Amino acid sequence: MAHDTSFTNQEFKIIGTRPERPDGVDKVTGRARYGADASAPGQLIARILRSPHAHATIRKIDTSKAEKLKGVKAVLTSKDLPDLTNGNQGNFDILENCMARDRALYDGHAVAAVAAIDEDTAKKALKLIKVDYKILPHVTDVDLAMQDDAPIVQPRIRHNDAPSNIAQVSEFGHGDVDEGFEKADVIIEKSYKTEQTHQGYIEPHACLATVGPDGQGELWVTTQGHYTFRNICASLLGMELAKLKVTSSEIGGGFGGKTHVWMEPVALALSRKVNRPVKLVMSRNEVFRASGPTCSTSVDVKIGAKKNGTITAASATLRYQDGPFPAIWGMLGAMTSWACYDLKNVKSKAYDVLVNRPKVAAYRAPSAPMAAFAVESTIDLVAAEIGMDPVEFRIKNAAKKGTRASYGPTYGPIGIGPTLQAVKKHPHMRAKLGPNQGRGMACGFWFNFGGQTCTDLNIGVDGTINLTIGTVDVGGSRASMSLIAAEELGIPYDQIKCNVADTSSLGHNDTTEGSRGTFSSGMATIFAARDAIKVMCERAAKEWEIDVKDVEWKDGSAVAKGVRNSNLAPMTLKEIAAKSGATGGPIAGHNEVVADGAGVSFASHICDVEVDPETGGTKVIRYTVIQDAGKAIHPDYVEGQFQGGAAQGIGWALNEEYVYGEDGRLQNPSFLDYRMPVCSDLPSIDTEILEIPNPDHPYGIRGVGETSIVPPLAAVGNAVSMAAGVRMNHVPMSPPRILKAIKEKQAQG
Amino acid sequence: MAGVHVSTTINGDATEFVCHPAETLLDVLRDRLGLTGSKEGCGTGDCGACSVTVDGQLVCSCLVLGAEVSGATVDTIEGMAVGNKLHPLQERFIEHAALQCGVCTPGFLVAGKALLDRNPNPTEEEIRYALAGNLCRCTGYDKIVTAVSAAAKDVRKQQNRKKR
Repeated sequence: MAHDTSFTNQEFKIIGTRPERPDGVDKVTGRARYGADASAPGQLIARILRSPHAHATIRKIDTSKAEKLKGVKAVLTSKDLPDLTNGNQGNFDILENCMARDRALYDGHAVAAVAAIDEDTAKKALKLIKVDYKILPHVTDVDLAMQDDAPIVQPRIRHNDAPSNIAQVSEFGHGDVDEGFEKADVIIEKSYKTEQTHQGYIEPHACLATVGPDGQGELWVTTQGHYTFRNICASLLGMELAKLKVTSSEIGGGFGGKTHVWMEPVALALSRKVNRPVKLVMSRNEVFRASGPTCSTSVDVKIGAKKNGTITAASATLRYQDGPFPAIWGMLGAMTSWACYDLKNVKSKAYDVLVNRPKVAAYRAPSAPMAAFAVESTIDLVAAEIGMDPVEFRIKNAAKKGTRASYGPTYGPIGIGPTLQAVKKHPHMRAKLGPNQGRGMACGFWFNFGGQTCTDLNIGVDGTINLTIGTVDVGGSRASMSLIAAEELGIPYDQIKCNVADTSSLGHNDTTEGSRGTFSSGMATIFAARDAIKVMCERAAKEWEIDVKDVEWKDGSAVAKGVRNSNLAPMTLKEIAAKSGATGGPIAGHNEVVADGAGVSFASHICDVEVDPETGGTKVIRYTVIQDAGKAIHPDYVEGQFQGGAAQGIGWALNEEYVYGEDGRLQNPSFLDYRMPVCSDLPSIDTEILEIPNPDHPYGIRGVGETSIVPPLAAVGNAVSMAAGVRMNHVPMSPPRILKAIKEKQAQG
Repeated sequence: MAGVHVSTTINGDATEFVCHPAETLLDVLRDRLGLTGSKEGCGTGDCGACSVTVDGQLVCSCLVLGAEVSGATVDTIEGMAVGNKLHPLQERFIEHAALQCGVCTPGFLVAGKALLDRNPNPTEEEIRYALAGNLCRCTGYDKIVTAVSAAAKDVRKQQNRKKR
């Protein structure tokens, strides 16, 4: 696609300022409407019955008693969701995850659903559904699932010509690692484990579905990707795309967990069955058991280095569990593992492994934090072994422009080196540590993504602008888009009103994932604004009766160029808009683009902790995030992304984990027992934004949403290891694990 | 199940509703009265997204029965702004970008107001502990603490003006 993506090095007027977000008042007054906040006349309430077993054959489901209960309007099982996927295995897996077919594949897998006049009735009806299960052997641990005698999760999956839970093996790298290790003065090999965590968005999944006998439907849903949801739901239910309007509600956090369809086809199918609106909201228990966690992992890392600090070879073997459906999470772990470093000999091998746990979903830079935990912990060990400062060791080996990344591409200008230099200079590094305190730092990488994007910019006759975008606003992006439109048009920020369109009001937009919102909708907004400017210049030229080539756009006005036209006063956007009815009709700009060239993103974090040697409890006492944003459009919300990712990473590092019993059931599906950081757990989180422009974006933007969760596991791990005097290799580093490690070290003397 | 008739005051207005004996105040607010500003994040009192005050006391409305507020005064996020004048907390949350997705924000504002009503000069530590019953997954709390701190200053100024 031909468009201008060269970085212009322009001086910005309003980009980089911090105006108030346009949806602020709605969100501080309780007016903003989230997934569960919509209702429709005559709506029914749906509830889902879920398997209590980790793995079981479903012999029979008897719904007759539930159907007879007064107030129950519809009961649904997989029989009501025929397979229309036409051999599309990915869509079939989504269908099977929405409603179990012949087998329940994890504790929490949906087996039936009810729509009733109210929640009480729906809950009562669930209790009347009799499911005849035959319990099967299960496996929930990634290493156990790879053993030859492990229970098989998906019989169709084969590895080495035999049924297996290994769904995919991926390899990346270049050079000759064996040769590289031979040249090393020091080799460190270490194994690591990380436990499964949840994105922990505060808003549970929720939707309101309406489908009529005419085949037309509407879906109000909390989602990061209403177009993707439309496409998948329509495909699974045999509906036509144009006849299913999906509206993305305000979204109460997603972090990747709301990129996946979990239950929406069930609500639509129930509605279609009874021709009434159906509201379906997950409980927190369901959110934990049946939506979104990231992988648990097991990773081996080997690094060889010269005494002068040059890494001669690096290899990693990564085992990531995907839940019961094949995915690419291990592959992404392998791709990201060595991305921060300039390595001649490097190899990563990843196994994607099936287990009887919920389907794994994207979670903020999915797969990268676990690989970074293993790599960045080992980097510290190697630095210590050769007696080099860990920051200097990283600087010496850091990737730079021209480095061939371990996963294939050759980097353009990147930020890993500058973030490390900023770490070195940061006062945090010179602060004194007290007893039982330790300091760690670590680096992180994320690819970032662009993707299909479509934007409309409509100019009202009063000169105010409706900017319509198709990526969702999950953390202030309406403000960033408005800044970009104001910058391009040369008008005040508050003349822009940015709206998130439903699927029938704007063309397709890919899901808001991969830190693509500001990068790609920002790009499309720039081009849409330039499109509108072109129209406005034409209108001015017509009015002035001069050639449009002699008109340029400057500071919010059309300006006639040249001495000949010096008598023509600039014509403002407002003036042009006011006359638009008479000069050719409405003025609008549009852009449809595949936003290629998402710039890769790097961050370095510094963490101080204090570990109580009596209890094993850890307190983070200081934390600093340094990350390359390319160009920070609204610095407040860039800092917010840095801080939020760090906080999630700290929770993952120290406390959060899915605990499975011997019976394969999740033992802690509540916020009480799955403990995310609260306000009093954290210090203030310091941030430093670096701006190394992305040459493939007109403003130099790189996505900033995800990278901030990559370094914390290792940064906290390196700090805890220093404070406790023992290397931690299992995340979360909860008090019992730290105490155990301290005691084992003491026992060894 | 027979309904319970409840007379109460919500955000200053006399309000009557009928609810099931087992129905939570949160469900009454959201489903019967259309006050959806209070959110359900967990239903077990662990996230604080449903925070309201009952007779000035900060509670998770998911842990209170609708029938319990008979004769009481309930204040929710919908009543925090006075006319078109936002509460200093609301203003400072917007100004300091203390919200990202915003779903936890009503709960934080209600909890923050309960703090400032009893202690308009809190230390950072007091703010962090007063808000420890509210989960936010987006912000890492940093900007929330900054906003509450700035709002506390505003509240103190207002109080000083009234004294003079």
